[in-house]
Amino acid sequence: MSGTKEIRTKIASVKNTQKITSAMELVAASKMRKAQERMAASKPYSEKIRNVISHLANANPEYRHIFMGERDVKRVGIIVISSDRGLCGGLNINLFKKSITLAKEWSDQNAEIDLCLIGKKAASFFKSTGGNVVATIAELGDEPSIDDLIGSIKVMLDSFEKGDIDKLFIVYNEFVNTMTQSPCARQLLPLNATEDESLKHHWDYIYEPDAKAVLDVLLERFIESQVYQGVVENNSCEQAARMVAMKAATDNAGDLIDDLELVYNKARQAAITQELSEIVSGAAAV
Amino acid sequence: MTSTVQCEIVSAESSIFSGSVEMIIATGIIGDLGIAPGHAPLLTQLSPGPVRVVTKDGDEEVFYVSGGILEVQPKMVTILADTAVRAHDLDEAAAEEARKNAETNLHNQQSEIDYSTAASHLAEAAAQLRAIRQLKNKLGR
Repeated sequence: MSGTKEIRTKIASVKNTQKITSAMELVAASKMRKAQERMAASKPYSEKIRNVISHLANANPEYRHIFMGERDVKRVGIIVISSDRGLCGGLNINLFKKSITLAKEWSDQNAEIDLCLIGKKAASFFKSTGGNVVATIAELGDEPSIDDLIGSIKVMLDSFEKGDIDKLFIVYNEFVNTMTQSPCARQLLPLNATEDESLKHHWDYIYEPDAKAVLDVLLERFIESQVYQGVVENNSCEQAARMVAMKAATDNAGDLIDDLELVYNKARQAAITQELSEIVSGAAAV
Repeated sequence: MTSTVQCEIVSAESSIFSGSVEMIIATGIIGDLGIAPGHAPLLTQLSPGPVRVVTKDGDEEVFYVSGGILEVQPKMVTILADTAVRAHDLDEAAAEEARKNAETNLHNQQSEIDYSTAASHLAEAAAQLRAIRQLKNKLGR
């Protein structure tokens, strides 16, 4: 009967695992909902700020901020936004693949790469592969706040202003829907000025203290809000991916339990049959 | 009927206030401002301080903003509020910390990306995922 006992222990252990994965699935589902709300809440700010900037740019066509000027590319900055934790399927792997492809593309054009890493997984990945990492930030938690991001963004903006880097990209996972997240790479700097004819207004603002100072602040805030949005969106993706991965794990554990129970019952049946035939043959011998 | 203007206060993390108001009083970088409907278009930086709005019912609401931008358009007033306390030296300190993080985390690593290592790591992980998927398909689940 030792065989059946072993199988029983195995079933119990798989059941425990199943409990854990289904709990993780539920937690991820509720966190995903909250993350999606945060994602929606941060949208109005960046839309408003984008409107003001394009308005400003149209009203002051002679003033070109350094963030708007294209120049020869010798060095490229990439901000990679990953998750802090694993167990979310291929989410981070796909993201790193995208980042590496982007980095390779630019290094083929003889540009060097500076990396700014957000999230633990990115830090550990680029630790093993190498790369000139200029800033990292991790442990943002489920409720990332813009305070935590300011430092690492400033590092990249400073080096753009100084002319150390000539382009700045951001790589993060885009939330398509709960089942689909796709890694995307977007150019942050230089900003592509929107030449929108419909925005040609007939009025200009009164500026306090002056247009240049206000525009400087606005552009900085704009980039920060873009990165923040990336972080929040990536967080939604992480939770969605984890939810799907954990659901699959729970289903698999269920299948495994079914199989094991079948084997267990067979073994039990065999033992009973054997016992019976022993008794019958013993009785016949008497 | 008293005239009103649409006012929106948004921060990077959430939308704080939205509605039609009679008056907005905020702390600008060079002095306090009172914005009534029909104000000329204005764009200014805000200092940390309270923002008071008088809603169309005559109620007064007060919000604290730690700086930001106030934009007045003919039919619309927008406050882009900062959530964090911003000062040049504070930002500088945060940047320094991010730099230091990078150094302590990743010291003694080569600054060139080793593309072959990266590719092999990724290929391995992708292969594992593919194997799992195929295995699942094969088992018909």
